[in-house]
Amino acid sequence: MSMWFWVILASVLSLGVKLLGYLLPESLFDNPKVVTMANFVTIGMLAALVVTNAFSTGQGLDVDARLAALVVAVIALVMRAPFLVVIVLGATAAALVRLVC
Amino acid sequence: MTASLSLSFATGLYGISFGALALAAGLNTWQAMVLSLLMFTGGSQFAFIGVLATGGTGAAATGSAALLFTRNAIYGAQMNLRVRPSARSTLLAAHVTIDESAGLATLQDSPDQQRTAFWWTGIGVFVCWNAFTFVGTQLGERVDPQAWGLDGAAVAAFVALLWPRIKNRDHAAVAVLGAFVTLMLIPAVPAGVPIILAAAVSAAAGWALASKHESRNAGKAS
Repeated sequence: MSMWFWVILASVLSLGVKLLGYLLPESLFDNPKVVTMANFVTIGMLAALVVTNAFSTGQGLDVDARLAALVVAVIALVMRAPFLVVIVLGATAAALVRLVC
Repeated sequence: MTASLSLSFATGLYGISFGALALAAGLNTWQAMVLSLLMFTGGSQFAFIGVLATGGTGAAATGSAALLFTRNAIYGAQMNLRVRPSARSTLLAAHVTIDESAGLATLQDSPDQQRTAFWWTGIGVFVCWNAFTFVGTQLGERVDPQAWGLDGAAVAAFVALLWPRIKNRDHAAVAVLGAFVTLMLIPAVPAGVPIILAAAVSAAAGWALASKHESRNAGKAS
């Protein structure tokens, strides 16, 4: 299946889900269980994306320059750096480690 | 309105990192642009390319994005009550229903202010996000992702997206749970699948915790 298929499918689904919120009765979503689950899914998945992007090599694990990006990003966030600064620092850390090692 | 526009610009700026990372993940400029124009929900777009960048399939990328953008339905239901779009503008309202527009609208007091904040933020972010995504793709086309540390940028982006969402100890516990499940599963199942399973485990944890609170509150009431 070509990547275009998935790009378009995921995009159309996204719009469909947004529209559902407007069309379905509000009581369906006004449930603390649903809200807690949605929050937890977002947090759990972002954490999963962090470790996958930091340590995975396809279907294996490895520690490399990306670990430096992870550490630097956490330090920057503790120091309340804005989003874009965190990203630039992360990229710089990984690039520098590669340059040196 | 000033708040809407400055938030639009600040959010739009992330679009640069999205565009550059989308190309590093193997998408082309137009695929990245379709995601920003049509999917238009930042976290899910990052999830989509985050799965691809680590060797996941298009199906796994779509599944991960879908798990994240389901929360937009909750925003939609809330905005439907506050913004009350006409039948004709419902599709447009739905399209610009994202974290930022819903978040800023919720902070306003009067219905008029809520409506203004929603539309200005939604449309403002849409314009800035797409313009900056394009800038990012042009950057992504010109640099070597490894030498410029774009994989490090992706790691930093996900940490930065996660950080503000951890507001209490339960949230921190779920983040650790998601990370742990993923690390355990990466060697065992195809790329991309651990992310979806981590989300599923987190959902189950959310359900269990909310049920516990519910029964405790019910106990108090009776």
